[in-house]
Order: sequence, then C-alpha cells, then structure tokens
Amino acid sequence: MTHALRSLARALALPAVLFALWGLVSAGSKSFYLPPLHAILGVFGSTWSSRLTSDVLPSIGRLLIGYAGAVIAGVALGVPLGGRPRLRAALEPALELFRAIPPPALVPVFMLLFGIGTPMKLLVIVSGAVWPVLLNTIEGVRAVDEVLSDTCRCYGITGLTRLRVLVLRGASPQIVTGMRQALSIAIILMVISEMFASSSGLGYAIVDFQRAFSIPQMWSGILLLGALGVVLSLGFGVFEARALRWYHGQRSEHREGG
Amino acid sequence: MTRVRHAGRRRAGRTTPSLSRIGLGVLGVAGVAAVFELIPRAGLVSPHYLPPTSAMLEALGREAATAAFWRALLDTARGWALGLVIAVAAGAVAGVVIGSRRGLRAATASTIEFLRPIPSVALIPVAVLLYGAQLRSTLLLVVYASFWPVLLQVIHGVADVDPVARDTALSYRLSRWVTIRHLILPTALPYLMTGVRLSAAVALILAITAELVIGAPGLGHEIEVARASSAVPVLYALIFVVGLLGVAVNVGFRALERRVLAWHPSVRREAAA
Amino acid sequence: MTQLLEVRRLRKIYEGHGRIVEAIGDLSFACAPGELVCIVGPSGAGKTTLLKCVAGLIAPTTGEVVLGDARVAGPPPGMAVVFQDYGRSLFPWLTVWRNVALPLDHHGAARGELRRLVDDALAEVGLADVHAAYPWQLSGGMQQRVAIARAIAYQPKILLMDEPFAAVDAQTRADLEDLTLRVWRRHGITLLFVTHDIDEAVYMGQRVLILSASPTRVIEDLAIDLAAERDQLATRSSPRFAELRSRVYEHIQRAKRAGAGEVRT
Repeated sequence: MTHALRSLARALALPAVLFALWGLVSAGSKSFYLPPLHAILGVFGSTWSSRLTSDVLPSIGRLLIGYAGAVIAGVALGVPLGGRPRLRAALEPALELFRAIPPPALVPVFMLLFGIGTPMKLLVIVSGAVWPVLLNTIEGVRAVDEVLSDTCRCYGITGLTRLRVLVLRGASPQIVTGMRQALSIAIILMVISEMFASSSGLGYAIVDFQRAFSIPQMWSGILLLGALGVVLSLGFGVFEARALRWYHGQRSEHREGG
Repeated sequence: MTRVRHAGRRRAGRTTPSLSRIGLGVLGVAGVAAVFELIPRAGLVSPHYLPPTSAMLEALGREAATAAFWRALLDTARGWALGLVIAVAAGAVAGVVIGSRRGLRAATASTIEFLRPIPSVALIPVAVLLYGAQLRSTLLLVVYASFWPVLLQVIHGVADVDPVARDTALSYRLSRWVTIRHLILPTALPYLMTGVRLSAAVALILAITAELVIGAPGLGHEIEVARASSAVPVLYALIFVVGLLGVAVNVGFRALERRVLAWHPSVRREAAA
Repeated sequence: MTQLLEVRRLRKIYEGHGRIVEAIGDLSFACAPGELVCIVGPSGAGKTTLLKCVAGLIAPTTGEVVLGDARVAGPPPGMAVVFQDYGRSLFPWLTVWRNVALPLDHHGAARGELRRLVDDALAEVGLADVHAAYPWQLSGGMQQRVAIARAIAYQPKILLMDEPFAAVDAQTRADLEDLTLRVWRRHGITLLFVTHDIDEAVYMGQRVLILSASPTRVIEDLAIDLAAERDQLATRSSPRFAELRSRVYEHIQRAKRAGAGEVRT
C-alpha cells in the first residue's frame, strides 16, 4: 500500500511543484492576457458549476459517442481490409489521400453538408479519429500469426469464432495502440467542432469567453480542457492495462528470457 | 536428379508484383473519383453541396492560376516548416538532456504524461489574444503540438544507449561532446527520425487548424474564406490540395527515414498513423 | 485391412523468384488404422511440406491424399496436428484450459462432455494443476504438452506431429516421447510422426519411412520389429535398435549424397 502511495507521490511531485511555481510567478501579474493563477482558480467554481450540464457534459457525451463510433468503424473496416491484400492494394492510395487531409479542414465541408448541429460534430470526430484505428487494425490483422492461423484451420475453427478468438484478440495490441491515438484526436476535434459554429459545448464556452475578453474564465476553461485530457488519458491507461494483461505478461516473460 | 526447369512455360499474364499493385491502386483511385462524380450527378446529394469530381478539378485548375493560391500555399509551408524546425530542435535538445539521466527521466515522466494529453487546440484562444491572425499564432500551435512526439522519441532513444558502451566511453574519459557525437546520436537517430516523421504530420494539421480557426495566412484561411463565400467547388479543391500536401509530407518523410536509416540494423517501426 | 490414410503419387512444385522447385517428387505410402508411422529424411527433404499436404493445409500439384474414404481437399475433420513451434500454436490470450477446450467449444460439444474431455486430457499429460495459467507462463515442454492435450481432447482419428520435440531439451524430449507413446496406445489413434532425429524415429515407430532429398520420395519403408513396450534405457541400448538405427542412417547418408549430385557407390 505504501509502495503505491510512494509512487503516486513521486508522480505528482514535479507537476505539483510546477503548478505552485506557476502560481507564484504569476501572482503579481498585471498582464491582462496572462492573469495570476489564483485569479483563474478563483473563478473556476462559479464559471463551471452553472455550465456543467449545459456545456461540459454534452461535450463529453459527444466526445465519447464520436470516439466509440470511430473505434467501431475503424475495426469494422480494418478487419476485412487487413485480410484481403488485393482490396487493400486497390484502396491504399485513396486511403492515403483521405487520411492525409487534416480533419479540421473537413469541418467546413461537414458544416455545408450537415449543418451545425450535433450530427456534424459527431461526424467531425469520427472522420478524424477513425484513421489511427483503421490503419492499426489493418496492420494488426495482417500480422496475425501464421502458425496460429494454421492451427485454427486444422481444428476447423472458422467463421465468427475465428474472428473473435484469433483475429480480433490477436490484433488487439495493435488496435489498442490505434485507440489511444484516436482518443487524443477525438478530443481535439470535439473542441474544434465546437469552436466553429456552435452554441453550446466546452470549446464554444472557451471561445465565447475569449471573444468577451473574460480572460480568467477563458483560462479556467483551458485548465478544464487540460484536466479532461489528462483524466481520459489515465482512464485509457487503466483500460489498456486490463485488456492487454496477457500481452504485457507475455512480453515481460520474453524480455526476461523466459 | 530431376529438377524441373523453366521449360518455356511461364504462367500467362504474370506481371511483377509491384506493377500489379500499382495497377490496383490506380484502379482504386479511379473508382473513388468515379463514385464522387456520380453521386452528385445522380442527385443523391445536391451538387451544390457536393460538386462532382470534374467540377472540383476544374476549380482546382482555376485556383492554381491565381497568385493568391500560391501565396497561401507558401504561407502554409512557411508556418509548417518553421514550426517543425523549432519543435524538432527543442524536442531533440530537451530529449537528450532528459534522456541521458535516469533521475531526470523518472522525475519528468509524470509531468510529460500530464502535459501531453492537453489538446493543442486549448491554446487557440491564447494565440488569438496574444498574436492575432498572424504567423506567430500558427507557430505557437505548431510548435506546441510537434514538440511532444520528438521529445518522447528522443528520450526513448537516448535511454536506449547500451550501458556497456557508455561505461566504456566514461572509462576512457571521452569528452561530453565526443560521447554525444559518437555514441548517443547514432543510437538515438532512428528514434529521432520516427519522431520527426510523426511531428511533420502533426505540424501540418496544426498549421491548417491555426489558419482555419484563427485566420492566420495560409491555405486553411483560404478554405474558410471559400466556405464563407459559398465558393463550394473551390472549397473542395483546396481541401484536396491540403490532402495532397499531407500525402507528400507522409510519403516524403517515410522515404527520408528509410534513406537515413538504410545502414541502421534495427529500423524502428512505429505503428501506422 | 483397409488403410486409414493413403498418399497416392503426391507431387508438390513451388514456383517462386523465377525458379521452379520440386519439393516432393512422386511420393506414395499408406497407414493402417492405429499405426504409428515415423517419417525421417535429410533436412530440406520436404518433410514439413508433406505433412502440410496430408493435413490439407496446402494443395498438392498432382496426386492425392485420401483419409478414410474421402479425398483431402482442405483440413479434414477427425485430424489433429501438433506443430513444432508450440509457442506460436497456442493462443497467448487464453488460459491452458481454454486453449485445450477451444476446438470442442467451437464444434458445439455439450458443456459436461467438454469439461470431462478437457480435464481428462490435461490430467493425462500431467498439467491438471496449471489449467488456469497462460501458455507463456509455462516452459517449452509444458507448452507442447498443452498442444498434445488439445489434440487428445479433440478425439481425432489421426494425429500428425511435425518435428514436435525438436525445440526442447533432450531430457524433456525423452519424457515427451514416452508421453506420446502412452497417449497413442491408450487412445488407439493413428499417428504420423515427422522427425529429423533418427534415434527418435526408430525408438517410437512401428514403421519408419525414409525420405530422399529433394525431389522427395520414399526410399525405404522399414518395419521396426522391436518389442512393443518401448523403454528409453532398455530399448535404446538393445542390439536390434543399433542395427535398425544404422540402416536408417545409411539410407539417409546415401540420400544426402545422391541429392548433392555425387556418384552413387
């Protein structure tokens, strides 16, 4: 128990110090655009308690739904592509092009086609976050072990079982890597889709504060956004540790020469 | 001993593997272009919102004849390149410093994990306030986002230095500079190349984002202008150009990485994307 | 007596890199039900190719493989395979128990029956107490035993083993050889055992098929007339064992020389 506490303390040490440093250095700041930390923290509660249900939670909800959509789409498309080399070769240049379009650049197009409501925001998130999942799924499916695949053939393991037990589980380390990258992209796109033409959401609120020159509130929004990113990242780490327990175990065995 | 030779019998229609792959790729691109040509023409989506491929290409041709287009392209390239260079330099230096001391690595690990997930877009309002719709706004976003991949990869690379080699260098009392040049840099180079490749892609995305959202000069800004003035084919044409830029960056840096590391026995494989 | 497995004039030609290689020339043999047949040959003799053709994993260029009364055109039911690379033939994300149970589970065995078969198989190979472990937590020999248990639980008519003990140490190999013999005798399955180890082939087999170098064909079909009860110490030190062993060795040496294009003496 103390070991966990100690590593937690060690992990929080430098960030806490930096945070305190920021507080100290900015304490006497007269700059309009870079207010003192304590001013920012002061308005934190009042700003966001009223906005929790109207802005923050809907944003997080859209983020999670869009992210889930991206993961499902990426895996659903990546599995067949991973297993069909000719189809992959045919679609590869087109996919290279579409994936290279910076997702924010597609926001105007989506606004044109779908208006400025929630569907547009969800599509923006999916359109950007699907790529790492898709590409990593393809790589993971391609790399499924040949001996394992032959074993399945010998024992007559086909169809859904094979998909579930061999392909998806085998590709899961790679898929999870893609999911991690997709998460950061999803957060960025959630914010951008709301900064643009929106009337609710965390991104919208931050931009609104900026336009109204409510600077401490704006910074509090930025802090909140940062905290959201960190929390989601930590949460993902927990998910990954559990889902890939077998993988981490196997790799540490190999490293120790087992 | 019977060993069957060619006997003049080759499988009919057999081409080299790479040729058929290219052929398939061309087919794929043509197919996609055809789909986007037919969907608006068939009325599935209004051609006002989704112009056919031919209209987009035509608008592209017209744009390419204007000076404003090329100016915007250069602006984007400048923001991207400048930001990338700064980010890579800062990331490499910081990475070498942090990576070469186990204590520093441990102490900064959590801070990096805290700062990394903070989305770069959070800085957009700050950039707007501080710099307005200028190149410096673009640079702020690009440098912030592109710094992290390089930093993390270089830390990894420097930490990967063989401890026996490092001890040997120490026992021969080689100067710090010599150690860095002949021991640390070659080990860290593959990691650095991977980091640069990742950062290059990220830098382009952030450059376009800054131009789009803040209005800094560049293709992203032109895209927003096209949307606001409902010049829809031009909008799609510009997005296509940005996509081509992205492909050029991805392909170019992958090739650069292969070239630079051709001699290196273990080329680092980074997961695709 | 009808044969369980018949290989008729099997031929496999690989094309690649502008060269055409005849891996298997003109190969024919048969196995009666319940026989233990070992296959040896010089390295590169296409032993694994032969096994893959029999297993239905690859298609022969000409010739056919007949199992029971059906032609093999893909992995047939009632056949189990144990590969050399045990590390890659077991699912690292499944426990030992689930690895053994997977084929039965997929084919829809009843819960009670499945549990009985899996538990019995694990007990038979001596791994009953590690059923909740993951394969990579076990030693090489134990992992191969899991693969054998999986084959046993599947209740096949015929079991193919492709150099299964080549990648384990000598002591473990001896234990696994004896385990295989016990399993074979207990379940009365037909066993086709491919190996490069001459001693192992003579020790284990009722018959030894000696293969030539590429293009592979059967040089000799040697009947092993040792006592049915094999013992690592007694059998291997018997004079008859030495004789048979020398016979096989001579054949293989000749095959290697012929394959290298030297004049036959």
